[in-house]
Amino acid sequence: MELTRLKGWLLAIGFVVLVAVPPAVTAMDETFYITLISRIMIFAIAALSLDLILGFGGMISFGHAAYLGLGSYAVGILAFHEITNGWLQLFVAIGGSAVVALIIGAICLRTSGIYFIMITLAMTQLLFFIGISLETYGGDDGLPTDRSEFAAFIDLGNEWILFYLILGFLVLCMYISWRLINSRFGMVIRGCHENEARMQAIGFPTYRYKLLAFVISGSMCGIAGFLLANLTEFVTPEFMHWFRSGEIMIMVLVGGMGTLFGPVVGAFAFLMFEEIISGFTENWPVIFGPLLVLLVLFAKQGVWGLLPKSKAGDG
Amino acid sequence: MADPILKVEDLMKSFGGVVATDQFFFDIQQGEFHAIIGPNGAGKTTLVAQISGMLKPDSGRILFDGQDITGLSAAERSHLGLARSFQITSVFRHFSARQNVALSIQARQGHSFRFWKPAARDSSLTEPAMKILSDLGLANRANVLADNLSHGEKRQLEIAMALATDPKLLLLDEPTAGMGAEDSARIREFLGGLKGKYSMLLIEHDMDTVFSLADRVTVLVYGRGIATGTPEEVRGNAEVRAAYLGEDDAAHA
Repeated sequence: MELTRLKGWLLAIGFVVLVAVPPAVTAMDETFYITLISRIMIFAIAALSLDLILGFGGMISFGHAAYLGLGSYAVGILAFHEITNGWLQLFVAIGGSAVVALIIGAICLRTSGIYFIMITLAMTQLLFFIGISLETYGGDDGLPTDRSEFAAFIDLGNEWILFYLILGFLVLCMYISWRLINSRFGMVIRGCHENEARMQAIGFPTYRYKLLAFVISGSMCGIAGFLLANLTEFVTPEFMHWFRSGEIMIMVLVGGMGTLFGPVVGAFAFLMFEEIISGFTENWPVIFGPLLVLLVLFAKQGVWGLLPKSKAGDG
Repeated sequence: MADPILKVEDLMKSFGGVVATDQFFFDIQQGEFHAIIGPNGAGKTTLVAQISGMLKPDSGRILFDGQDITGLSAAERSHLGLARSFQITSVFRHFSARQNVALSIQARQGHSFRFWKPAARDSSLTEPAMKILSDLGLANRANVLADNLSHGEKRQLEIAMALATDPKLLLLDEPTAGMGAEDSARIREFLGGLKGKYSMLLIEHDMDTVFSLADRVTVLVYGRGIATGTPEEVRGNAEVRAAYLGEDDAAHA
């Protein structure tokens, strides 16, 4: 998958704009936007991670919010027990998400189609109800939490620093995804999406590759959860609600399934739209719904897919 | 004498009440070009699926190069050297022709848990892929998306992908399916060139291809092998004429 020059430039410009956000909005005295954009970037990571399995692997996970919740609970629960070391929390967020993704994936990947969707959904609802029943950690009221502590120079209490940390993670996740998709492993995952029987016939034991992709995707979403808990200073089972899984999936659809960076754009488009339109009416989904239908009908590869493609047909 | 490359013993497979493969025995010798013919519904596709590992037989054994492979997966069989092409074109439509072949080469180079280096720029994949495409006369189509290839080219790519796994036995499921006479002739010529280099099992409707290339022919009717022999022997077999070549032909002969 190659990037066209146009897309390369758009990404570069987007990055520069994001870097300029904190000073610009502070100058305009609209610091609320630092929090909003931080939140959007976190969901961009979640959408990116979902696209790895959804767009490239053809695995329709309708339970991706599970890892958002797990990542955030790693921060909340550890902080509750006064373990505030950010590296440790991040490690637990990624590791915990990976283990749960391994278990869920090992079960779901024995099925396909609608069963796959339903089981990923059911598993995530299971985690949601476990979250509600954890009275010690706030149950359905949620749990206020402190921000992670890194070495002194990364003070997450500072909104600017948190913003740039999230931006850094977003860029890192985009770069890792890019390498992954173009690697031998990525080719196997994409091949499984297109024609799994053929992949087996030419000698790939497809199950283990798909399972690992599922685990990588879950772990990456766990990072988003870790960041979300830090941004909101609060963890709640709501992060794992199926509604959240649906929103992440919509971001992927809006940006473009299987376009790698499209979902990042999709997260911005969806959450900015929500932010702006919900200022006019609280029934904003009434407007968004038909727009989504139109988009899916007329632009199967989302807004990012509307841009010209590179010659080999991908990218 | 060396083991046959493929030996099928007493294979049985039924779907509900329909017996698709019925006490089927046959073998392919090393280097042999063996063809299986049979009318529609004879169970050819079911047989291919069982030999390639996509479908589990109810009973019986399949031996590949002396090893019992009945319980192995399709992927494991591929690694032992059993490659197949598909009757219904089954290429990766959104990959270029070269990427299609490169994926087969990647499969034979051990595991693909390699996450960093771009596969498209890996010369250990692209160079052998280009070589195979050149051999098939598809070199100038290497960068074209498989979806945009002509039907004939897709069928060739189908075979190229099987060849790229470096097989000992090529299982070709109707390689000329849906092809015009000219394309069919080209494939026939190409298969003739492969003869002797690989052991081959050809499932085919096209009689010209079968009778001009095969060393031996097995006739399958209702899941049973009713005759095996050289093309001349099979052509002369009364039972085969009755069952397959048609009473009319028998009457004229």
